Amino acid sequence: MTTIVTDNCKRCRFTDCVTVCPVACFHGDDEMLYIDNEVCIDCGACIPLCPVEAIYEDPIPEDKEQWIEINEERAPGLPVIRDKQDPYPGAEERKEELGFAD
Amino acid sequence: MSNLGTEQNPLCAAIVGSGPSGFYATEALLRAEPMVLVDMYERLPSPFGLVRSGVAPDHPKLKQAISVYEQIAESPEFRFMGNVTVGRDVSVAELKECYHVIVFTCGAETDRQLGVPGEHLAGSHTATEFVGWYNGHPDYRDLTFDLSHETAVVIGQGNVAIDVCRLLAKTVDELKHSDIAQHALEVLANSRVRDIYMIGRRGAAQAKFTHQELRELGELADCEPVVDPDDLELNPASREELADRRNRANIKSYEVLQQFASRPPPTRGRRCHLHFLKSPVEFKGGGSLERVVLVKNRLEGEPSHQVACPTDEMEELACGVLFRSIGYRGVAMPGVPFDDRRGVFPNQDGRIVDGSGVVPGMYVAGWIKRGPTGIIGTNRADSVATVQSLLDDLPKLDANKKPGAERLEPLLAGRGVRVVSYADWQKIDAAEVRSGEARGKPREKFTRVAEMLAVLPEAV
Repeated sequence: MTTIVTDNCKRCRFTDCVTVCPVACFHGDDEMLYIDNEVCIDCGACIPLCPVEAIYEDPIPEDKEQWIEINEERAPGLPVIRDKQDPYPGAEERKEELGFAD
Repeated sequence: MSNLGTEQNPLCAAIVGSGPSGFYATEALLRAEPMVLVDMYERLPSPFGLVRSGVAPDHPKLKQAISVYEQIAESPEFRFMGNVTVGRDVSVAELKECYHVIVFTCGAETDRQLGVPGEHLAGSHTATEFVGWYNGHPDYRDLTFDLSHETAVVIGQGNVAIDVCRLLAKTVDELKHSDIAQHALEVLANSRVRDIYMIGRRGAAQAKFTHQELRELGELADCEPVVDPDDLELNPASREELADRRNRANIKSYEVLQQFASRPPPTRGRRCHLHFLKSPVEFKGGGSLERVVLVKNRLEGEPSHQVACPTDEMEELACGVLFRSIGYRGVAMPGVPFDDRRGVFPNQDGRIVDGSGVVPGMYVAGWIKRGPTGIIGTNRADSVATVQSLLDDLPKLDANKKPGAERLEPLLAGRGVRVVSYADWQKIDAAEVRSGEARGKPREKFTRVAEMLAVLPEAV
């Protein structure tokens, strides 16, 4: 099983996902978050909380497959993000742009 | 300005219950800016609550959450007070004297009742009993389940209901290398159950189980899921629900059900039948359960607010064993306000309230706060929110120094209570792991408190 963060995460920082992660497996750089699958227990708690549907689990759609490797490469070297952060300026616009307006 | 929360006068917190919400509350307290000491009270010698005794044995990955709790428990500001029942061995009033704050994270330990005639016939069990039994929880060690019948019924369509179905559906080979209790494995090995019926009162679009759990029913060695395509016909309101992206979890489950419905007729030894829009109205049998009477429901109401309403169409299902899995319910504790209707400790943002307002210094998190919903991680956000309320209240708390367990340990010893420390638990844990090795299991749990205590030296 694999759970990954994908491109919709970029430039949002809603970070609701990290608040329900039971094992603190989210890591982040300035751009987006990544999941360390060595730590993730595939509970799926984060998935429904992402307002831009950036998180996928198995079966991962074909057009998101490249993100498996990106999560795997980047997550372990970046700091753990375990607390909710303030969304980036423009996050709401970005969400709207992605088609997830409330 | 008081010095509460400093090295000289640390905030003394008692946590009651050692499941996920207790550990996440501990984590949040220990990460907070003020200096906090946490003593965690647990009625069993073993910690970790439902991660140890609720999560199904064949879901080992979910149990890895324990490694996070183990790290939290290693903190020098943390003390485990196992084998202590709050409300019996020590009163809530005594805890209040010894701590600045108490956070109750004791979960929802009993079941909701269906309230139908015959519910308590022999052969009719709660899912809690069965789950506790196969997971080796000492409270359920001596229960017996008669699996000599070919038909079993599970009432409810949440993840616990699926766990029960799956454990009944799996072969011994699929279970024997898990941490399932040996007594349960032996009974399941002789099970004659061939047809399992999972009955839900609402429709295929409203089922509470997650698609991951549902999907597993299609991946078993000797059991196949059976879904009637007619059951997947949706009324307009349900179609509207599934068209709403906010319900995407239900959409995924519905897609899995569609796959199940399109499978060729089952050929394997066991079948798991998923039935929707039916509710039990009576359990019948002379002495023990023989038949369950079901009423067919129809959904009424606006999308996302549909309720199951009984029609006058009935059917009977012959069955010898039945598990009721319609939700958990919290249990009252002496000295703590209780909302009997909801089965929770009444609270505002995690602050316990009684008829006259907030009760100072008493907090609640997890299932006993919000009711039995969500999964392990849901409790982390919930505990963090409660701890935030607690930290906001800090200036209002009684700032006198509190003794914590220093005062209670001798008192408990005087009452004949063998307090199990975290180091003690680690000995029990190691003994379980050793005893599992011989059977190729990650651990063989002790299923009696006396067995756990026997691993430990006499109390000092």
